[in-house]
Amino acid sequence: MQRALLDELTAALEAGRPVVWASRPSTGEEAVLRPLDLREGEVESTRGPDAWPLDEARRALLEDRSFAVEGPAGEVFLRAYNPPVRVVVVGAVHAAQPLVRMVRTIGYRPVVVDPRTAFATAERFPATRVVTSWPAEALEMLVPDHRTAVVTLTHDPKLDDPALMAALATPAFYVGALGSSRTHRRRVERLGNEGLSQEALARIHAPVGLDIGARTPEEIAVAILAQIVERLRRSSS
Amino acid sequence: MNTLDHEAEPGTDTAAILRQAATWHADGRRVALATVLGTWGSAPRRPGSHMAICDTGDFAGSVSGGCVEGAVIEASRGVLEEGEARELEFGVSDDDAWAVGLACGGTVRIRLEPLS
Repeated sequence: MQRALLDELTAALEAGRPVVWASRPSTGEEAVLRPLDLREGEVESTRGPDAWPLDEARRALLEDRSFAVEGPAGEVFLRAYNPPVRVVVVGAVHAAQPLVRMVRTIGYRPVVVDPRTAFATAERFPATRVVTSWPAEALEMLVPDHRTAVVTLTHDPKLDDPALMAALATPAFYVGALGSSRTHRRRVERLGNEGLSQEALARIHAPVGLDIGARTPEEIAVAILAQIVERLRRSSS
Repeated sequence: MNTLDHEAEPGTDTAAILRQAATWHADGRRVALATVLGTWGSAPRRPGSHMAICDTGDFAGSVSGGCVEGAVIEASRGVLEEGEARELEFGVSDDDAWAVGLACGGTVRIRLEPLS
């Protein structure tokens, strides 16, 4: 690998941009590809005269897998570098604290959203990105993508409902809401009245998390995180 | 938009490994990069996993559950001497693998190349 290419890769990773390192093991040719930046049907080769398999590179990023493909010019290895999965936690409540810690432990990136500045403090969430805007505005800024999970924990429809409506309008791979089945039935009724389709509402995981009998905030965090991993890994490959 | 941003370095393992490789190289060390190209059967690390190896013998990252790293570090000496990339394959069916002991029962194909 060329040092300049390595620097390009690390810069992209630090900026949170998805890139692919394409290389031909037989010749040592290599390139950094940004297939998700291209519009539909647009083809661009960032280096060298030969075309790189951009559709396959796009698939590598979307499936978060690296693999070799056979092309007319021989084998090409596609190494997908995705930025860390983001977990947007709406509600800087007690249960959010262990969840944020565990999100970080598994290499994902937590973001806490809560306009109540008494809850959303740097002391309660050290070394964490905390957005103290209303959820709809916060999610508009955060632009959840296919590598983003959104979890609402406030129990307060004034905060949870707008967050869920905003999240369901995005390609977020996971949307979850804390609350009992009864709470969720009422929530579905409210959001349905707001015009959300049954299909959209079916995307909400509620009661949130895998059913492992979790009781403490820490156990609930494990249940939520396990469900997020499951959605990420089972739905894409 | 109000944001309290006290975020630590976002880095994932991969970012840290690549940064370490760049740091060694910037310090004037010779550096090899190992990448898992493919795996068959039960193998602990996914394709794309990286290990960076410095000519001092220091390394970052992994390409298996610890069973072939020693052999990869050994091979990196030759790669850094010659400045040529090579491919390594470890599996239960070849003698080398018995020697280094790929206990998981899988096969792993690794590209080892100098950072130039």
